[in-house]
Amino acid sequence: MEVISHCAEAIILRDGDNVVKRRLPKRYRIRELDEMIRRQRTKSEAKLIVEARKAGVPTPVIKDLSDFEIVMEYIDGRPLKEVMSEELVRKAGELVAKLHERNIIHGDLTTTNILVRGDRIYLIDFGLGYFDEDVESKAVDLHVFFQTLESTEIKAEELKKSFLEGYKRYKGWKAVVEREKEIRKRVRYA
Amino acid sequence: MRDIKIDSPVESVDIRNSSRSELILGIEGTAWNLSVGIVSEEEVISFAESAYLPKSGGIHPREAAQHHAEKIVDVLREALKKMKEKGFSEEDIRGVAFSIGPGLGQSLRIVATAARSLALKWRVSLIGVNHCIAHIEVGRWMCGTEDPIVLYLSGANSQVLGYMAGRYRIFGETLDIGLGNALDKFARSVGLKHPGGPEIERLAQKSSRYIELPYTVKGMDFAFSGILSAAKKLAEKYPLEDVCYSLQETVFAMCTEVAERALAHTQKDELLLVGGVGMNKRLQKMLKDMCEDRGARFYTPPPEYTKDNGVMIAYTGLLMMRSGCTIPIEKSRVNPDFRPDEVEVKWK
Ligand SMILES: Nc1ncnc2c1ncn2[C@@H]1O[C@H](COP(=O)(O)OP(=O)(O)O)[C@@H](O)[C@H]1O
Ligand SMILES: [Mg+2]
Repeated sequence: MEVISHCAEAIILRDGDNVVKRRLPKRYRIRELDEMIRRQRTKSEAKLIVEARKAGVPTPVIKDLSDFEIVMEYIDGRPLKEVMSEELVRKAGELVAKLHERNIIHGDLTTTNILVRGDRIYLIDFGLGYFDEDVESKAVDLHVFFQTLESTEIKAEELKKSFLEGYKRYKGWKAVVEREKEIRKRVRYA
Repeated sequence: MRDIKIDSPVESVDIRNSSRSELILGIEGTAWNLSVGIVSEEEVISFAESAYLPKSGGIHPREAAQHHAEKIVDVLREALKKMKEKGFSEEDIRGVAFSIGPGLGQSLRIVATAARSLALKWRVSLIGVNHCIAHIEVGRWMCGTEDPIVLYLSGANSQVLGYMAGRYRIFGETLDIGLGNALDKFARSVGLKHPGGPEIERLAQKSSRYIELPYTVKGMDFAFSGILSAAKKLAEKYPLEDVCYSLQETVFAMCTEVAERALAHTQKDELLLVGGVGMNKRLQKMLKDMCEDRGARFYTPPPEYTKDNGVMIAYTGLLMMRSGCTIPIEKSRVNPDFRPDEVEVKWK
């Protein structure tokens, strides 16, 4: 199996039509706690991936789930970061609207966690996600996404506008956008 | 407030020469510790302090302010005396720095009043220092670290910061109470003496039995109050050592995880631990292990500079004065909610 990504928390292995996302143990924490956290996050990520799909958001199909591992469909696509366009980012906005309609918070909404295959967009990496109906959590999702655009895209302002066109499908969009502006004032997440 | 008379009985020995560096006096008093430090660019010249220990319960803001008001003259006098014993005189002091916030309003005002009157008396610059930034800068100074991710854990504050484009940005922070306060509150609820952190650490060493507690990390933020209530409940049923052990393992793992995430996010490879909770050996071990495993370096200053201290205010004051960040008396109002990312860092 080929390693396609290795970050602080997990390793991603390609296995034919599937990928394996394996959460790695941390030496700094005691075994009981380490296993509890990895088990919890693995389970919660799988659940959110399934719930997102039920909400009409394309996500990889889950093939198998064990304590620290999710086996899921390999998406033969490119991260949004590499194929950015106003049209695609508008679609991404529509998908995030669907998540927030169901109170699903992605938790790490960056342009590497959005994969584009043909004209379909997939959301991945729900490892930091959770359910919450609060405006604040939804605004943080937007904030993280905007920060990513601003730090990587020259046309960040246009792209944010396009994203919001899509996001306005969520009926609570106004309060979330307002709150995002407040968060911005607090100058956080750099 | 009383007039400040700081004339010391010890006569200074005049060994001054023109090449000697300028000194800054710094006063810290945001919370429990009233502390005065005097530094030059090269070294700590003098250090004196007086800690307020509540007779019962946690910090009472009014009592803390009273303590500071009563002790400030003595502490200043002691610091100046030590300075003179090293052959310096008051004329070597070129600036007076004080902790302008964040902290307890009443305590901050005592310290600010003292700083203003000294600056007027000596006709030198006044520098209002952000308490959190001072923790970071003294840590960088003592440890010789260039551009670290900073884990700042004290009683009231718990943040992960890093320098980026002219400011120390807050990547993550507590969503409710500071870690130190959470530990102290737990300790008090089970009858341990104040400050509770060291007591919990001592008891935790006697156990290796983990009892599950909530683990609350949200992205790069964390929260402690839910864990605090859960731990209090556990303490009704389980041996105290086991609860202390579980509490430490849980909250320190959360801090370590968030610190690691900030390192990964910024691709920095130094971690600096500051703030009173930073004296905990188990926390230091976890952070060290994490850093080792990802090829980063871990730093923490000696204990007297990890907790609140006047030296950190003096040293940051020196950096600020050099870059022109002094304030006129009329603009020296304290700011109890002063956030570190409001400070434009002009000295880096
Ligand atoms: N189902 C998948 N199909 C194709 N590539 C994937 C898939 N899941 C993850 N990846 C790739 O691996 C990278 C890391 O996976 P991710 O789930 O985002 O974990 P991490 O928490 O390490 O960011 C992604 O950015 C993506 O490039
Ligand atoms: Mg990812």
